[in-house]
Amino acid sequence: MFETLALYFSYPFVRYALIVGVLIALCSSLLGVTLVLKRFSFIGDGLSHVAFGAMSVAAVLNLSNNMLLVLPVTVICAILLLRTGQSTKIKGDAAVAMISVGALAIGYLIMNLFSTSTNLTGDVCSTLFGSTSILTLRPAEVWLCVALSILVVAAYILFYNKIFAITFDESFSRAVGTPVGTYNLLVAVIIAVIIVLAMNLVGSLLISALVIFPALSAMRVFRSFRSVTICSAILSVCCASVGLLTAILAGTPVGSTIVAVDIAAFFIFACIGKIGGNA
Amino acid sequence: MAELTCRDLTLGYEGNVLFEHLTFEVNQGDYLCIVGENGSGKSTLMRTILHLQPPMAGTIELGDGLKPTEIGYLPQQTVVQRDFPASVQEIVLSGCQGAAGRRPFYTKAEKQMAEDNMARLGISDLARRCYRELSGGQQQRVLLARALCATRRLLLLDEPVSGLDPKVTGEMYGLIEQLNRDGISIIMISHDISASVKYASHILHIGAETFFGTSHDYLHSPIGQKYLELEGGELHCSKHWHSISPTHSSDTP
Repeated sequence: MFETLALYFSYPFVRYALIVGVLIALCSSLLGVTLVLKRFSFIGDGLSHVAFGAMSVAAVLNLSNNMLLVLPVTVICAILLLRTGQSTKIKGDAAVAMISVGALAIGYLIMNLFSTSTNLTGDVCSTLFGSTSILTLRPAEVWLCVALSILVVAAYILFYNKIFAITFDESFSRAVGTPVGTYNLLVAVIIAVIIVLAMNLVGSLLISALVIFPALSAMRVFRSFRSVTICSAILSVCCASVGLLTAILAGTPVGSTIVAVDIAAFFIFACIGKIGGNA
Repeated sequence: MAELTCRDLTLGYEGNVLFEHLTFEVNQGDYLCIVGENGSGKSTLMRTILHLQPPMAGTIELGDGLKPTEIGYLPQQTVVQRDFPASVQEIVLSGCQGAAGRRPFYTKAEKQMAEDNMARLGISDLARRCYRELSGGQQQRVLLARALCATRRLLLLDEPVSGLDPKVTGEMYGLIEQLNRDGISIIMISHDISASVKYASHILHIGAETFFGTSHDYLHSPIGQKYLELEGGELHCSKHWHSISPTHSSDTP
């Protein structure tokens, strides 16, 4: 088995996939804790469908670098979604659901109407489930991913105390003069960046799993915000590595294998939590 | 000069006026209870004092060099907090966020202040415990310790005893009284008029009729006597209501 692995690792695209996979898993799990606690678990799902819609538009327009369109559109939607969570006209979950299925439908419609590709079903399938794109990364994309990940982690560490405070109690933070709106905006932008990055790894249907599973698993066992965050980051990285290696060795789809490992980890942690008397 | 002066306040939501022309002041060391029916605008008034929403008319002035960010606030609990994985220490320390401003990390002095306030409220031994595993009374102490990290002068408490059993309620009132004796001004929203009259130095009654004055004057005013009588008649009922609803929603949206 190790010989096979060594053989695979001599190919640069396998190394790229592993680097990108681990970084994305790390970033998504950090923000996951906040999103789960703020009752925004499904924002990952909603935003990834928005990114899917934007990607299909970019494909139809024949843009050479579709990131230029996908990233801004997703960031704007993230800001709008986290905004509506505070107003009362359309509640957070309804807004997420609306944008999520809306963008999915429009994206598929546009692809069907205007696509010039001969293998439409294959295109859609790989965008939704991220089947192969992680194994076809170019060095430039890997560097972009590394840079963005460093930015995300740095921003998270720098604003960790503030993020904790506004997650726990927005009213109190506002009352003592913390610019809550600005930090919410920051979280929205970060999560949008992560989701656009993660589409390469697991595709737009499975991103929510990367965001919520490590956080939920960590919450079964740990009891302070700091330990939950750290555990969720470590767990996510481990699961992504195990999932990626399994997928390479066994030839299974990358995204769903990683999510399957995340699910297994969740059940293990849930059992540990039960035994520890902290269900 | 008073620590807090509200002049000719008119408050409301989206064009609906809750009350008009409210004027009152809070001096250092005062203990003011805001009472009134559900929906009379008690929480709105508190949110306005905290600059969380603007008044429709009138002014709020802070005196004695008190800054808007130096007010300690004990909000009502939210759904999010009930299953939040955070240690007591983390939550109390987050009370220093106003003082920290844009600085990303807390200083040693701020950490020490969190320790001191935990000791002051008798929850030092809970520092490493998880917030969601504590009893209602312990949770309120944690939030009170956090509010103390934000202020040395003025505390705003939004129904601090709601959902607590009579014994813990008594302890909570005792704690607040002690803090007031230490020189911290208190503004508290309360449903319990008889306890308000017992502990507070001043009463602000808002609603169809408005009253502002000392507790003693309130007791002998027509409005005070009317409401105390009402509460006396419903005392049993209201206790029952407290015990069956662990937390109840705020009376404003």
